[in-house]
Amino acid sequence: MEILFQNLDLFIFIVLMTLGYSAGTWAEKKHYRSIKKREQELLKMAVVTAEGSFPDDRIAKAELVSGSVVVSIDYFKRLLAILRNIFGGRVRSYESLVDRARREAILRMKEQAKEQGAGMIINMRLETSTIGRSANKKKRVGSIEAIAYGTAIVMNQA
Amino acid sequence: MIMTNVNTVPGKKIVEHFGIVQGSTVRAKHVGRDFMASLKNLVGGELKGYTELLQDSRKEAMKRMEEQAALMGANAVVNIRFATSSVAQGAAELFAYGTAVRVE
Repeated sequence: MEILFQNLDLFIFIVLMTLGYSAGTWAEKKHYRSIKKREQELLKMAVVTAEGSFPDDRIAKAELVSGSVVVSIDYFKRLLAILRNIFGGRVRSYESLVDRARREAILRMKEQAKEQGAGMIINMRLETSTIGRSANKKKRVGSIEAIAYGTAIVMNQA
Repeated sequence: MIMTNVNTVPGKKIVEHFGIVQGSTVRAKHVGRDFMASLKNLVGGELKGYTELLQDSRKEAMKRMEEQAALMGANAVVNIRFATSSVAQGAAELFAYGTAVRVE
């Protein structure tokens, strides 16, 4: 017991790291499974970054749709990224974070378009920004926001 | 009000341009949410509180833009762009801008 109190800060650090690692990995895997499943379901919804042109009489409605998500990184991965900063190279832990955020944002946009009965989304734009407490500090990214927006097109039945 | 982020309103013709309209809002979340978010920061994953906050603020920014466009007598806003910036610690600015037009 004595040893535990003497090394309390180290002990807390280890607990946080294991918690971050186990919970973070579990959450990420679960998130990826749900992303893949929903991507399959929404495969038929075409999303393009081009504007395209349509014959006027075939379009019933055009409307802005958007989806956004804020995702944060776990304690363990943040540590990995700080270590990575020393040696340089690919920062895998952040790659998966950004990838997850963008795909989730696109999915939410697609879901919104589907609710309105749209068949496709044109001129899709993606944006990311860092938010939260660590937003203004260099080299410390805590959480990122991804937004996807575009124009949903509802076609007339020809 | 019709909103699109392309140059035209597909299926309609633009008859009049009114120029740029914009709307912005700066939001911060309350301490409780901030605290929950910092806890969630340990394990990672989606921060639902922040997601909702940003979505609400973006809606607010859009509404302001829409009001401005309505004042000009427009019935559509085309070429809408969004931008986000963090102006201070724990506060974010959401900004939406576009071109007000009248379509037929």
